[in-house]
Amino acid sequence: MEHYNMNLTVKVWRQKNSREKGGFQSYPVKDISSEMSFLEMIDVLNEQLIRDGEDPIAFDHDCREGICGMCSMYINGKPHGAWKANTTCQLHMRAFKDGETITVEPWRAGAFPVIKDLMVDRSAFDRIIQAGGYISVNTGNAVDGNSLPINKDKADASFAAAMCIGCGACVAACKNSSAMLFLSAKVSHLALLPQGEPERKSRVINMVAQMDKEGFGACTNTGACEATCPKEISISNIARLNQEYLVASLTSDK
Amino acid sequence: MTWKQVFTSSVGKKLVMAFTGIFLILFLIVHAGLNACIWANDGGEMFNKGAHFMGANVVPRILEIGLFVGLILHIVQGLMLELDNRKKRSVGYAVAYSDGSKWYSRSMGILGTLILLFLVLHLSDFWFPNRAHQNFVLGEEIDLYAKMKETFSVLWVVIVYVLGCLSLGYHLAHGFQSAFRTVGVHNRKYNLMLVSLGLGFSIVVTLAFAMMPLSFYFGWIN
Ligand code: HEM
Ligand code: SF4
Ligand code: FES
Repeated sequence: MEHYNMNLTVKVWRQKNSREKGGFQSYPVKDISSEMSFLEMIDVLNEQLIRDGEDPIAFDHDCREGICGMCSMYINGKPHGAWKANTTCQLHMRAFKDGETITVEPWRAGAFPVIKDLMVDRSAFDRIIQAGGYISVNTGNAVDGNSLPINKDKADASFAAAMCIGCGACVAACKNSSAMLFLSAKVSHLALLPQGEPERKSRVINMVAQMDKEGFGACTNTGACEATCPKEISISNIARLNQEYLVASLTSDK
Repeated sequence: MTWKQVFTSSVGKKLVMAFTGIFLILFLIVHAGLNACIWANDGGEMFNKGAHFMGANVVPRILEIGLFVGLILHIVQGLMLELDNRKKRSVGYAVAYSDGSKWYSRSMGILGTLILLFLVLHLSDFWFPNRAHQNFVLGEEIDLYAKMKETFSVLWVVIVYVLGCLSLGYHLAHGFQSAFRTVGVHNRKYNLMLVSLGLGFSIVVTLAFAMMPLSFYFGWIN
């Protein structure tokens, strides 16, 4: 693929803190290589801002290799940008053309308040996991991995759900700001395995309760989440979650 | 988990939407099937017999109460969910996102409201005058076939009915498959089937209902 340099305008959301109102600000950036990642382009812009004595743009990132789920950014109307099954850190500048204006917004959801600029508080996800995204194991020596036979299809489906990196793009894309794709991934990967069995009912009940408490919306199965998910989590997991919830609500003791 | 917890949770509210939605779908099958008797082209004899069975017998009239309860639950819960969901994002996006979802799946609240407005007209056209004539018990009914003929001789009424049917069709195009997902159907073989079954059902139901006012207006039946 041919390498080229480009000049761009980055129209980015600036907001001092969670209380103050924010707004868009446009910055020109020059000589951006097509082989840079999107975050490297923001790094270049930030160095420019620091040289000019301005406040650099705050954004989340960590691994920069598409596995941690820290990067966010809603780029030109798409969470993680236009590439399918991709995170912002792995979005490369060859996705853009010379002279383009790129609009960058933070994830928008009441449950994800803006901390600063493009950084949002996703600790609601941590609290949902704490409410039930665990299994109980006995202490002592680790058991032999092969002592529990697991059907290959189930193991694969569980692994596919466990791919979720908790980035929150599904919430950002959903018209209802629903966290159901995330939650369904977290419930499914345990519900499919024998290790998840002891807490199976309490897990789904408590995690849904926590999700509602955090202020996410109700799912209407539109499919927007699945289309934007960097890990291609299937929307069928949401139906599985619904089944887990229905069974748990009908068969719980109280 | 108490019942209160179930029905006040987001998933529980969706279960109410789905079960009442499926119940309404079953009603539509009966309603469309019975009304199709107008095409027997016998001056409404068969149709009026069917309508009489539904209106003058205790069992269908008890089921009718269930239908109203289900419908009202569906409407109230649906509108509350829609309003609640809209409050979850106070600052919107400058550039809208629309990948992966159809416009009608994002417009269930609006489509439902259109159906509701249509239902007000529809019930005051047929159901209300008929039950009023019966004094809301099991009395003598009006000639519903003649009533249809008269109602559907007015162009604007026919247009509103066709638009109402279209709203219902799009509501079902998403609602049918969504309801089954909501009650937990996640097996791939059923999912594919439900999408096509849902689309097929929506198209057939829309056409069947829309053809009724059109048939009267254009005099395709006597
Ligand atoms: C005969 C008429 C109707 C039928 C057959 C019907 C059917 C359905 C079905 C099957 C669903 C999907 C449930 C789910 O996703 O789990 C649904 C959802 C919904 N309906 Fe209706 N409905 C009807 C009338 C109405 C009316 C009159 C309203 C409102 C005024 C309404 C508002 C809604 C809303 C807001 C949803 C939620 C969308 C969602 O959760 O995906 N519906 N309907
Ligand atoms: S389901 Fe996908 S989009 Fe949602 S948090 Fe997990 S990885 Fe991100
Ligand atoms: S920075 Fe880790 S996934 Fe993007």
